[in-house]
Amino acid sequence: MGHLDRLRGVFRAALSLPDGADVDALEYRAIPQWDSLAHMALVAAIEDEFDIMLETDEIIDMSSFAQAARLLEKHGAGAAF
Amino acid sequence: MREAWGDVMSVFTLTADEREWTLAPRLAELTERHRHACPPYGRILAAIGSHGPYERVADLPWLPVRMFKTHELRSVPKEEVFRVLTSSGTTGQRPSRVHLDRDAAAAQPRMLAATLREVLGERRLPMLIVDTRSVVRATTLSARGAGVLGMMNLGRDHTFVLDDGGEADVASVRAFLARHGDRPFLIFGFTYMVWLHLRELGLDLSHGVLIHSGGWKKLADQAVDAAEFRKRLANQCGLTRIHDFYGMVEQIGTIFLEGPEGDGLYCPDFADVVIRDPETWEEAPPGVPGLIEVVSTLPTSYPGHVLLTEDLGVVHGVDDGVWPGKRFSVLGRLPRAEARGCSDTMGAPRGGFPKACERGDVADGTAAA
Repeated sequence: MGHLDRLRGVFRAALSLPDGADVDALEYRAIPQWDSLAHMALVAAIEDEFDIMLETDEIIDMSSFAQAARLLEKHGAGAAF
Repeated sequence: MREAWGDVMSVFTLTADEREWTLAPRLAELTERHRHACPPYGRILAAIGSHGPYERVADLPWLPVRMFKTHELRSVPKEEVFRVLTSSGTTGQRPSRVHLDRDAAAAQPRMLAATLREVLGERRLPMLIVDTRSVVRATTLSARGAGVLGMMNLGRDHTFVLDDGGEADVASVRAFLARHGDRPFLIFGFTYMVWLHLRELGLDLSHGVLIHSGGWKKLADQAVDAAEFRKRLANQCGLTRIHDFYGMVEQIGTIFLEGPEGDGLYCPDFADVVIRDPETWEEAPPGVPGLIEVVSTLPTSYPGHVLLTEDLGVVHGVDDGVWPGKRFSVLGRLPRAEARGCSDTMGAPRGGFPKACERGDVADGTAAA
C-alpha cells in the first residue's frame, strides 16, 4: 500500500470516519470529527504509522489532508514507503 | 510575518527601549486599524477623544478587558470569523467572546509555542497533564479544557495524572516515568491542580519541566507565594524547573512567562505590560503596584492589542533579569472594596472602576459622545 493510502486509512481511523470515506479534501475544523482533540489523536496515529516525529509548528500547520501528505514527504515517507 | 516565526528564534531578546521602539508603531497601527474596522471600538475612542499620533506604548488608549463580555468586538466581517473563543465566566457573568480570523487563529498557537520553546527546547517532550482526560473530551469545552488542548501541541505521549473520578492515577504516572522519567519531560497543569495533586504522588519528577497557570481559583485560602510553591515542589517531587505563566483568552497566544529563577514574569518580544496607578492612570514606577495593562501585537482581528485587566501587579525590575525587558508579578484581583460604580449599568456582578464605566456606557451608545 502506498503512503497516501496508508495516510487515508490513518485519517479515517483517527477521525472515526466510515471505511472508504473520501478524505483527500478534508480540512481541519471543516467537519465536526476533526476538532482539536481529534487533531492530537491524528498526530499520534500518523507518528505511529510512519514512525516519524512531527514538530509543534508542523502540528499547528497540519490543517488539511493535503498538508499532512506534504509533511509525510518532508519527513521522507514518500520516498521510503 | 511568516518569516518572523523562524524555528530557532528566541522571543525573549528585546530590552525595554528596543521593545518600546518596536511595539509602539505597530500597536499604534493596530489602534488605527481597529478604530476603522470595529465600529464599537471606534466609538469608544471617539468618546474619550483619543487620537494619534501615539508616541509611546503607554500613550495608547486601553480597553477594559471586561468589554469583551458585553460587546461583540471584531475587526473582520462575520464571514471571516474562523473561531470564537469564550472565557470561563463565573456564575452569573457573561463570558468573554473573542473573534479570530484564520490568520489570528493560526498565529496564536505558533506564538505560544515560540514563547515556551525558550524553556522547553525545540522538540516536543513527553507530557504529563495534571488533569483528567475528560476535561478535553467534554462536548462543550471548558476554558480549562481549551487551555489543556492548546498546550497538548507542545507535547507527545500525553498522559493524564488524574482518572475520570479525579483521583491520582499513580500507576499511569509510574508507567510514564518508566518510559520517560530519565530525560526532560513536560508537566502541565493549572496552578491549584498542580498544588493539590502533584505533591501527593510521592514520585521523582526531577527531570520534569513544570508549566502552570491560572492561579488558585477556589483554593484561594490555601494559596502560597511563588517561592513557597517552588520550594515545596522541589522538596516533595524534586521539581526544580518550574514556570508559571500569565495570560488571558482576550489576548490568546500571548503569555507572560516566569523566568527560571522564579524572579517574576517576563514579556515575549511581541508583548509588554504597563502597570497603572488606579487613581491617576499614570504608569507606576517599578516597585509600586497598580492595575496591569497588557499589550500585544497578536490581536489583529479584534481590538485586544491594548487591554486593561482587573488584576493588580507590580514591576520588580527592568532589564535586570535573566531575560531582557520588564519582570513583574501578578498580585491578585482588584479588591471588590475598590470596585465601585458601574455594576448596574454594565450588567455584570463585579464592579468596575469609573473609567471603565464611562467607556462601557459609550460603547453601548447610551452616553452622549
